[in-house]
Amino acid sequence: METVTHTHTADAHRDDTASKIGMWLFIFTEILLFGGLFIVYSVYRYMNPVAFHLAHEELSITMGFINTIILLVSSATVAISISAMQKNDRKMTMLMLAATLILAAVFLVNKYFEWGGKFEHGLYPGSDLMKSLSNGDMLFFSLYFFMTGLHGVHIIIGMVLLAITLAKVRSGRVNGGSYALLENSGLYWHLVDLIWIFLFPLFYLIH
Amino acid sequence: MTDNIETRHEPNYLEYRGKHGGILGWLTTTDHKRIGLLYFYSMMTFFLAGVVMGLLMKYELISPGEQIMGPQTYNGLFTLHGLTMIFLFVIPGVAAVFGNFFLPILIGAKDVSFPRLNLMSWYLYIIGAIVVLISQFMGDGPPDTGWTFYAPYSLKTNTNVVAAVTGAFILGFSSILTGLNFIVTMHRLRAPGMGWLRMPLFGWALYGTGWIQLLATPVVGITFLMVIAERVLGIGFFDPAIGGDPILYQHLFWIYSHPAVYIMILPAMGAITEIIPTFARKTIFGYTAIVISSMAIAFVGYFVWGHHMFTSGMSSTSRWVFSLLTFLVAIPSAIKVFNWTATLYKGSINIQTPFLWSIAFIFVFMIGGFSGLVVGSLATDIHVHDTAFVVAHFHYIVFGGTGFAFFGALHYWYPKMFARVYNFKIANIGLLIFFIGFNLLYFPMFYLGMLGMPRRYYDYLPMFHSANTLSTIGSWIMAAGLLVIIINLARARRGKGKEVDDPWDGKTLEWQIASPPPVENFEQIPVVEHGPYEY
Repeated sequence: METVTHTHTADAHRDDTASKIGMWLFIFTEILLFGGLFIVYSVYRYMNPVAFHLAHEELSITMGFINTIILLVSSATVAISISAMQKNDRKMTMLMLAATLILAAVFLVNKYFEWGGKFEHGLYPGSDLMKSLSNGDMLFFSLYFFMTGLHGVHIIIGMVLLAITLAKVRSGRVNGGSYALLENSGLYWHLVDLIWIFLFPLFYLIH
Repeated sequence: MTDNIETRHEPNYLEYRGKHGGILGWLTTTDHKRIGLLYFYSMMTFFLAGVVMGLLMKYELISPGEQIMGPQTYNGLFTLHGLTMIFLFVIPGVAAVFGNFFLPILIGAKDVSFPRLNLMSWYLYIIGAIVVLISQFMGDGPPDTGWTFYAPYSLKTNTNVVAAVTGAFILGFSSILTGLNFIVTMHRLRAPGMGWLRMPLFGWALYGTGWIQLLATPVVGITFLMVIAERVLGIGFFDPAIGGDPILYQHLFWIYSHPAVYIMILPAMGAITEIIPTFARKTIFGYTAIVISSMAIAFVGYFVWGHHMFTSGMSSTSRWVFSLLTFLVAIPSAIKVFNWTATLYKGSINIQTPFLWSIAFIFVFMIGGFSGLVVGSLATDIHVHDTAFVVAHFHYIVFGGTGFAFFGALHYWYPKMFARVYNFKIANIGLLIFFIGFNLLYFPMFYLGMLGMPRRYYDYLPMFHSANTLSTIGSWIMAAGLLVIIINLARARRGKGKEVDDPWDGKTLEWQIASPPPVENFEQIPVVEHGPYEY
C-alpha cells in the first residue's frame, strides 16, 4: 500500500452540547442498571414481606440519615461549583469541588463503619452466619450489600471524575469558556445522589 | 469523479499516515472508517470460528449415536457457538461495521461525535472477546449452559461460567457506547439542510438500535453481575434452594435479550433499505412509514420478552398479553417488507449482486417471520417449544436476516470501501450455492421440530435420521458457498478486481465522494436540499 504523509491536521472539533447529550444518555443506562436491581428487590420483598421488615430493623436509620444529608449537601456544592464557573470564579469552583470530594469521602468512611459493624458480627456475603439465616433475611442482607456496594463503586467513580475535573480547573484547561467536563461530572454526581435517594428508603425506612 | 481529486490527491483513509504508521496506525486510529474495518476483520474471524463450530455440531448430528463428540463436548460447543455468533458477530454486526463506516458519511459528517470513545468501544469488544475465549481454556472447562446462562444450572455447573459472563458484560459495555455515540452523532452532526426526515433510512435504523442498546443492555449487565455475585459469594439471587427465583432470572435475561434481537435485525433492515432504491432506480416507497416502523419495532420490542417463557410458568393473563404484543411487532416488520416490494414496483430494476442478496434476504426473512408467529402463539408454542423448530426459526431470522443483510451490505459498499469491484459472476454463483445450502440446512429443522426433536442434544432417535442427514449436507453446501463468496471478495481486495469509483450510481451521500473515501470524508460539508433517494 502506498503511504502518503498527511500534513494538515483534522479540524479541532468541540461540541459541548454533544458531550452533555452523551452524558445524559449514559445516565439513562445507569438508571436502568439499578432499575434491574430495584425489580429484584421488589420481587423478593413481595415474596418475603415479614423477613424484609424484620431484617431492615437491623440497619441504623441514623447512619443512613447522616449519609443522605451528606450526599444532598454534596449535590448542592457541586451545583454551586458550576454556577461559580459560569461566573468565572475559579477559586470558588475549586473550593466547592474540594468540598464535594471531602463529603464523598466522609460518606465512604461512614459506610465503612456501617459495613464494618456488620462484618464484625460475621454478617457478610458468603459468611457462615449469612448461610444460616432464613431465605428472606439472607436475600435482604445480600441485596443490601450488593446494592449499597454497587452504589459505593459509583461514588468512587464519581470521585475520580470530580478529582480529574478539579485538577483541570486548577491547570486552567477547564475554564469559564469551556466547562463541559465540569457539568458532566456534576451530572454524574447528581445521579449518584439520586440513586442513594432511592436506596435509603428501600433499605432503611420502609416498614 | 471530480476534477480536484485528480489535480490534488487527497490521501484516502487507507493511505493516510498519521502519527503512527503500519499496524500501530490502525490500532490507534480514531477514524470511523478504519474502526469500521477493525470491527470487520475481527468480526469475520469470530464469525468463521462460529461457522466451524456449527459445522462440527451438524456433523455430529449426521446420524444417530455418537459420531465425533460426546454430550459434554457438544454442550460446550453449542454454548460457545451461541456466545460467539450472538455477542461477537450479530449484535455488533451490521451496526459496528457498516454503521461505523457509513453513518457519518451518509449524514454528511466528518466523523462520529466521540471518535476516541468509538475506538474504546472496539477495544472493549476485543477485551470482552478475549475473556470469553479464556473461559474456554481456564478453570474447570468450557461453560455448558447455552448462551442463555439459565439459572439455577448456570449457578451449579462446575464449568467456567464466571469468565464467560464477565466477557458478555464487557461486550455489553462496548455495545452501549457504540449506540450512545451513534445517537449523539445523529443529533449533532447531520449536514446542514438534512432534517430528520431527510436522513437516509440506514441512519434511522441505527437510531432505533442505539436506543435499544442504551436502554436494554444495562438490564442484562446487572443480571450477569448478579450471577457472578451468586457464584462467587453464594448470594441467593436466583437459586431456589436458598430463596432465589430462577424465573426472575429468565425475565431479566429476556428483558435484554429479546430487544437484542432487534439490535441485530434493525440495522440489517436499514442496510436493505439502502440497497433496494439504488437498484430499483426509484425513490423508496413510504419513507415515513419505514421511519415509524423502525421506531415502533424498537419500542414494542421491549414489551414482548415474555414470549420466551410461555412454558416457564407465568399467569395466563401475562401469557396472552405477551402473545398479543408479539403479534403486534409483526406489523411494523411486515410494513417494511411491503415497502421494499412496493419500491420495486415499476422500477427499472438493475439486477446486480447486492440486489440479489436483498431479495434473498426478504425471502428468508419472511420464512423466519412467519415461523415466528407459530412460536408466538400460545397453543402452538407449547408443541414446538425447545425443539429444532425454534432453532430453525431463530436461524432464519438471525442468520437469514442479519447474516444475509451483512453480506448484502458488504457487496453493496465493498467498491466504496476499497475502490475495487469483485467478480460479479462468481459473487452470484456464491450467493446461489449459499442460498441453497442455507435452506437445505435449516428448513428440515422446521420439520424435525414439528415431529418433536428436541434441540441441544448430541444424539436423537432413529426416526429423525433422514431429515438430519439432509440438514448436515446443507451445512456443507452452505459452507462451500461461503468459501466462494469470501475468496471472491478477498481476491478483489488483493488487487485482482477492477478499479472503480461508483459501480451502482447511488444517490446517497457516500456515492458523492471519492472511493475509497478521503480521510475527512468531505472537503466541504455538503448542503442537503432534498431527501436521500432522488432518482
